[in-house]
Amino acid sequence: MKNSLGRYVPEGFIPFQSSRAFLEQPRTREKIILSENKGNKKLSSISGAFDRLGIGADMTLSFHHHLRNGDLVMNLVFEEIKSRNLKNMTIAASSIFPNNRILSELIENGNVTNVYTNYLNGEVAKSISEGKLQGMLYMDTHGGRSRAIESGDIKIDVAFIAVPCSDEAGNGNGLSGPSACGSLGYAIPDLLYAKKKVVVTDYLVPKVEYVEIEAKYVDYVVVIDKIGNQSGIESGTTRITRDPVGLKIAETTALLLSELGLIRENFSMQTGAGGTVLAVTRFIREIMEKENVKAGFASGGITHYFTEMLKKGLINKLYDVQCFDLEAVKSLAENPNHHSISAFKYANPYEDAIVNHLDFVILGATEVDLSFNVNVTTASNGLIMGGSGGHADTASGAKVSIIVTPLFKTRLPIIRPEITTITTPGEDIDIVVTERGIAINPKRIDLLEKLKNSHLPIMSIKDLSKIALAYTGIPEVRVKKEQVIGVVRYRDQTIIDTLFQM
Amino acid sequence: MKIGLAGSIESSDCLITAEASNELDIKIESSVYEFFGKQIRKVILETLEELGIKTIRIHINDKGALDYTIRSRLISAIKRMES
Amino acid sequence: MRRSLLFIPANKPGMMQNADIFAADSIIFDLEDAVAFSEKDSARILLHNFLQTFKPNYEVIIRINQIDHINGLLDLEALVSDRIDAIMLPKARTASVKKLAELLASFEKARKLKKTIKIIPLLELAAAILETEAIACLPRVDGILLGAEDLTNDMETERTIIGEEIFYPRSKIAYAAKAYGIDAIDTPFTDVNDDQGLSQDAKKAKNLGMTAKAAIHPNQIRYINEVFSPSKDQIAWALKVLEATKTNLGVFSLDGKMIDKPIIERCQKIIEKAKKYRII
Repeated sequence: MKNSLGRYVPEGFIPFQSSRAFLEQPRTREKIILSENKGNKKLSSISGAFDRLGIGADMTLSFHHHLRNGDLVMNLVFEEIKSRNLKNMTIAASSIFPNNRILSELIENGNVTNVYTNYLNGEVAKSISEGKLQGMLYMDTHGGRSRAIESGDIKIDVAFIAVPCSDEAGNGNGLSGPSACGSLGYAIPDLLYAKKKVVVTDYLVPKVEYVEIEAKYVDYVVVIDKIGNQSGIESGTTRITRDPVGLKIAETTALLLSELGLIRENFSMQTGAGGTVLAVTRFIREIMEKENVKAGFASGGITHYFTEMLKKGLINKLYDVQCFDLEAVKSLAENPNHHSISAFKYANPYEDAIVNHLDFVILGATEVDLSFNVNVTTASNGLIMGGSGGHADTASGAKVSIIVTPLFKTRLPIIRPEITTITTPGEDIDIVVTERGIAINPKRIDLLEKLKNSHLPIMSIKDLSKIALAYTGIPEVRVKKEQVIGVVRYRDQTIIDTLFQM
Repeated sequence: MKIGLAGSIESSDCLITAEASNELDIKIESSVYEFFGKQIRKVILETLEELGIKTIRIHINDKGALDYTIRSRLISAIKRMES
Repeated sequence: MRRSLLFIPANKPGMMQNADIFAADSIIFDLEDAVAFSEKDSARILLHNFLQTFKPNYEVIIRINQIDHINGLLDLEALVSDRIDAIMLPKARTASVKKLAELLASFEKARKLKKTIKIIPLLELAAAILETEAIACLPRVDGILLGAEDLTNDMETERTIIGEEIFYPRSKIAYAAKAYGIDAIDTPFTDVNDDQGLSQDAKKAKNLGMTAKAAIHPNQIRYINEVFSPSKDQIAWALKVLEATKTNLGVFSLDGKMIDKPIIERCQKIIEKAKKYRII
């Protein structure tokens, strides 16, 4: 079966139609589940939680990824699964990082057979790409995961929620404690809809000032020594690039935004992670300071680049679904204009989500095809090394969606006729900025009109692709293996592409 | 043993070893072998033909070098081998 | 009429391939200091093949090795073609510039080239500074680069951020260049992480009458281009003056300022530059 983008969809799945198709389906929500535990919720170990809840084979366990590459909770639960040798588990983790490599073992031994996630990298991505997962990998968007959980598409038996600061009843937040990680936005769907919810904390306090995790949903509170390494929160994708090519792309992007009139009083923006993407912020800021413009809000994963601008009064508000560094964590705790938001409020397709209010979003890509379809899930050899995260959500919601990317990387063309995997559909991508040219999606006649007298190198995406191929030469067509290992799901859980064994 | 070495293993470059031999032997290691292995072989063979070389042992460790770089490093390695 | 000249090692294909995107007016492919002695043969071949493959949107300058050594001569042998625009001569003196001019003339004839390759002498010796005027008026010379690191080494002075120690050579080159209608190119700023320092240094050179600056890292280009381009205000003023000349003959007054022929010519030069750099 093929979907509307011509991509293969396995039997039994619903093919992707369009990015707005979900609007024709009504929003369905399961019942929100409150905790029935009126007594003592405290437990002293993950093992204790397994016993008390009767966690066994075939169950679905869920996690958020706010401690990022410093998370210890997921690994403790994985160790427990390993030592009990539970089989056929499903893991629904909003992201999986390199430090979760023990999951690789569980996959190879059949302890874990199905995985739901929005971002996947490292050892686990390699194992799954090599076909070692016996069931399926389901990759969602951040907004889509909230939708999958509320609708019952993902049915969670037990949600393990790492909470840096918690009281005995389970009221908590991510703002203080030795493992403070800031916003806990991605945990909210799990908190509301999982059958059982277990808070895991390393910092128990008598009373919590700001309540992001509400006790009424929490069944148990496990208190352990350490839930995370703060240094692991700042992973590689959160520094501005010094690479001259990346800086050139970033500078060009800011000029383009300026020419399109998008840097004007009260504008709103989001940037993804990645050195070049973040560098755009620096050049936007220069223009804002020169023209005395203030932004209404910035959203998404927040780094110190945005919190500095908030402090200086250059941005009015920050809507934070994830803190990418420790300065962002501090700012969230201290600055009243820095708000944390849930995954629902951030990007659920049915909500009046923040992504729908964005004037523009700056995103990356591993590959882009001539219809502006974008890959952020796999490398050109089929290895999974990412995932949508908020990519497809923000691209859909923002008024102008911009991809920033070099034309080619170590001889591999990024703008090319055929791409390995489609993560975000071309209908939601408006502009591609490279170091040698800019392509505007032909359906955006309004943007083309605004740029008709521009000195910027604007050309068709076909011509951009030709330039890339003139440098690299035409790559041989990779022979795809036929073994299906997973699916890439759009915001509405329809299948936008299929993942094959490497 | 007449051996010539040229280039580097930095990104976008390649390291080529050229050794006198009485047969034609080309070994290609490349970070983009899946996509450009054939093209790399083509460039090497074309360059050898231009130089009128029929037998030689070539080893290339490629880090995504474009065609002109492969040509250049090959010619340099052969010149160094001959000198 | 160059503003920025970027040094790129001639032995690094990854950097050479990206030369065209940095908005530098000229690229100086460096076969001298940037390339180890044992790699000069390989760099020569790489650079030649690179230039034959890619059509540049920038001026192509080659910094060759000194021509009293075999390497300089081998550089010319390998690289003189229609694809290059100028040769930068290190440790230049009047005698070596004259010799290079002769060599270029004979290569151009033998290879039937359609162009006259220019020379940019790099002045990095005290004796060379004293020869500035003599060098500036030599044929083919259309710019002079100050090499402050080697010069202060020769002078046994300290190289500083303030730059008092190079005030004299900067001025000398600026005046000689102006007198003979060529570019006065300032020495590179060596701290690649100090953008503010770079801008200040470039402004200092500009105030002394220098017209361009060399860069050793692509991130420096935007700051150098900004300093050595006419500003928005300057362009607006120049357009205003030139518009006024359509209805005013001879000397006239505009916004309380006296406008005479030298001012009008200066405004014409500003607009010429602005058009060349595609600012208007």
